[in-house]
Amino acid sequence: MSEWTLFEVFIRSKHGLNHKHVGSVHAADAEMAIENARDLYTRRNEGVSIWVVPSAAITATASDEKEPLFDPAEDKVYRHASFYELPDEVGHM
Amino acid sequence: MYAQQVETGVKAVKSLAEMGPEERAFQEKIDAEIKIEAKNWMPDNYRKTLIRQISQHAHSEIVGMLPEGNWVTRAPTLKRKLQLMAKIQDEAGHGLYLYSAMETLGADRDEEIEKLHSGRAKYSSIFNYPTLNWADMGAVGWLVDGAAIVNQVVLQRTSYGPYSRAMIRICKEESFHQRQGYEILLHMMRHGTQAQKDMVQDAINRLWWPSLMMFGPSDAESPNSAQSMAWKIKRHTNDELRQRFIDQTVPQLEILGCTAPDPDLKWNEERGHYDFGEIQWEEFYEVLKGNGPCNRERLETRRNAIQDGAWVREAAVAHANKKQKQQAAA
Repeated sequence: MSEWTLFEVFIRSKHGLNHKHVGSVHAADAEMAIENARDLYTRRNEGVSIWVVPSAAITATASDEKEPLFDPAEDKVYRHASFYELPDEVGHM
Repeated sequence: MYAQQVETGVKAVKSLAEMGPEERAFQEKIDAEIKIEAKNWMPDNYRKTLIRQISQHAHSEIVGMLPEGNWVTRAPTLKRKLQLMAKIQDEAGHGLYLYSAMETLGADRDEEIEKLHSGRAKYSSIFNYPTLNWADMGAVGWLVDGAAIVNQVVLQRTSYGPYSRAMIRICKEESFHQRQGYEILLHMMRHGTQAQKDMVQDAINRLWWPSLMMFGPSDAESPNSAQSMAWKIKRHTNDELRQRFIDQTVPQLEILGCTAPDPDLKWNEERGHYDFGEIQWEEFYEVLKGNGPCNRERLETRRNAIQDGAWVREAAVAHANKKQKQQAAA
């Protein structure tokens, strides 16, 4: 077993953008995880902010849940703007 | 290739009709170029093959720091020293991206590193050659990283999502490595003394053939290729990638004004490729078995690094525990 905790790393690449998952690091604690993440994932100005989360704290959907979870959204075309046909004279809406 | 001779544990590639429903669904996804992710069902041998390949790839990045580390204190100028350190730091980063991808498959980093240190896991044969003169730093960047790029560019399309994403990140950084290597050589050839020019040719003479061996044995001698290609872990055969590397490298060699230590190397108009001489596979297998010029030294250096760093890791854990207690008490 690894002697250090595994952390998932999320980076905000620019102000105004979301934090995005980039990978993981091992560290003795969260502070060290931030330092390791900085060295590992931002050597070329890739970020302005870092989040680290212990991997064990993440709850994820299971692959066999894909259909029950996401299929219901598939047949709801009326949720998209393109579903509604308007005459040209209305212009951009 | 950074991973050579990866065992798949499979005798013959199954057809869709021979597969059970889960495996068929998996293969159909691969055939449709849909990436496999960590939580998806996958055949046991696919998982094991990936762990072997990604860990070998990661080990190669880590051991690959050692031949370059030899020149940090010997680099001719501060500029070259900073460039070399940046490159070595990248190699450490590449190793870590790959270990991280490997861990999504359920493998443990410390256990896999232990396999490397006990000689049970392989790494690329190329890093068992010594770096004897400063031009070797140029030749390693140009030829070794160049060969790695040819391999890694196609691995960006490998079927396992986390591996593919690690490759995309690595490829973005590799091109700096190759360019800085080539620039070292070009500078020596254009501005150097005769002794420095001779050094460049000497480095190329020694590293040319080992670089070609990086792509692994010829297709006829690669029993695991068919399964790895069917799973799209590998996207091209060893010989295809080797030829691609030679074709793109020879013109660069000519710009340097150097030659390759291969009298049979010449353009074949009919094939549209360079022909090249017979590779000494005997040497490749000996190096892979542990009998290369630096195998023992490389593993010893790695083992010492882990042992000598044990107190730092223990201290970090003790410090983290102490802080946690203080926070809990506050």
